[in-house]
Amino acid sequence: MTKKRKLGRGVAMVGAGMSPFGMFADRDSKDLVIEAFREMVNSVDKGFEPNDLDALYLGNFTNDFFVQQSHWGAILVDALGLVPKPATRTEGACASSALAFREAVFAIASGFYDIVLVGGFEQMSKQSTEQVAEGLALAASPHERQAGFTFPGVFGAIATAYFDRYGASREHLMNVTIKSHDNARFNPKAQHQRSIREIMASRVEKATSKGAAIPSWKDEKEFLADPKANPVVAWPMHLFDCSPISDGAACLLLVGEEIATSFTDTPIYVRGLGQASGRSLHAAEDLTSLEATRSAADEAYQMADLSPGDIQFAEVHDCFSIAEILSIEDLGFFAPGTGFKAVEEGLTRLDGPKPINTSGGLKCKGHPVGATGAAQLIEVWQQLRVTADRRQIPAGDLRFGAAQSMGGTGGTCTFTILERR
Amino acid sequence: MTDHAINDHTFAMLLQQGKLQGSKCTACDAVFVPPRSLCPNCHQADMRWVLMAGTGRLLAFTCISIGPPWMVAQGYDRDHPYCSAAVELDEGPRVVARIEGVDAEHPESIQLGMRLVAQLGERGESDDASASLVFTPA
Repeated sequence: MTKKRKLGRGVAMVGAGMSPFGMFADRDSKDLVIEAFREMVNSVDKGFEPNDLDALYLGNFTNDFFVQQSHWGAILVDALGLVPKPATRTEGACASSALAFREAVFAIASGFYDIVLVGGFEQMSKQSTEQVAEGLALAASPHERQAGFTFPGVFGAIATAYFDRYGASREHLMNVTIKSHDNARFNPKAQHQRSIREIMASRVEKATSKGAAIPSWKDEKEFLADPKANPVVAWPMHLFDCSPISDGAACLLLVGEEIATSFTDTPIYVRGLGQASGRSLHAAEDLTSLEATRSAADEAYQMADLSPGDIQFAEVHDCFSIAEILSIEDLGFFAPGTGFKAVEEGLTRLDGPKPINTSGGLKCKGHPVGATGAAQLIEVWQQLRVTADRRQIPAGDLRFGAAQSMGGTGGTCTFTILERR
Repeated sequence: MTDHAINDHTFAMLLQQGKLQGSKCTACDAVFVPPRSLCPNCHQADMRWVLMAGTGRLLAFTCISIGPPWMVAQGYDRDHPYCSAAVELDEGPRVVARIEGVDAEHPESIQLGMRLVAQLGERGESDDASASLVFTPA
């Protein structure tokens, strides 16, 4: 049984902002963070003076490698006009800003700080696909890298084990992709805002205008099964199973619970926190489940005094389609081996009983890896505050939402439960 | 079997010599490949080398079309994918490895559970790639 933990002082989220996620040839990390920061400042209902910040925690994964520049804490404090405030950069691969969030929560819970900015950012689009594959593989285990594994490769291998054990197939993964695209239609920050049907229509239109052979797919699955439309990356992971190469930044504002209502009448409170580490692929006891997700979830449910059934919706780390299925099982939303059926039955759709990745997920919202953890929490914050516009899930009795982040191939996992009181 | 330090360096050197060696904890008898110098179960460091037969079965695999630059340099690309896999050795430990002698362009032809044998002692250069394990169908 996981130890039951608690915060020394409650913490609330009172502001949030994001840059658009996408591929921006003309913007770098600083530009993206400034954009997210400005939106965050403006999001605070009762106003917020940046000089009141006590400290910043910023997550980033690959800038040392892709941009050849380190020491981003101080660089960004300067860019934001916040000298001499202290800044700490966190790195946990694709969970980097989920770790920044936790560190900020602990800093406030300890009583040391009252008002803390959490940020995450990444710039990836100036690299070739092969360079990105190599850079992200820095978070794999050395033995996996030596065996030629890329990230899509590791999740491809996991998918073959899952298919074999539970009788699922590529077609089930397509259901995840179709849902993510459907949700992202309603997310103005998302990198890919078109449904699969809309993408199909535009391809037909393009072929028609070029006088080329006009493709005729009877439905989304036939499109996704067409190797020309959806080429293989690391079998069985195809292009549409993979989150894209993205640039983007996200910022959010955390404050001590007792001062939260001086920022907004609808603060969102930190109810449960979990973080855990896992083994690399070859050492894992079960190839169809990520132990770190299970451990992080246990810890957060214990702290929150909640069970999976209490979580009304969640953002999960769908870096690859199969990862979403593993996550919804490992978080306890669906029993092992039934996640693919739940998705097929529409249970995780925007209008289903357990909406998953209402933002469009990493697949469609985009996955600037260092920004992802913070951005997931921002989606949960918006849903709980009923400000998610056209992708808003029914507001009736919304109370608990959660976000799961994953670094590497399950080496680092976090699970965070937020609450509207 | 050897007095060399139990670590990845020695593991790679022994692979070059055609030996697939793991480590065994003298307290709990657990076997690890690649070798561990610290038992993760007992947290003690009294480990000894054990020789693996180099046979096992396919647990999970992928056929990679977009590899890292060092695989691309070996001629692997969208038209020439390669297979990487998790393999369970007959002695129990699991390893990650390249699989050769399978049709990576037709992954449907590759069956989980198939018997595999390690290709040892035939790989010349001492770079990362040759230090990795390679299996072929038995």
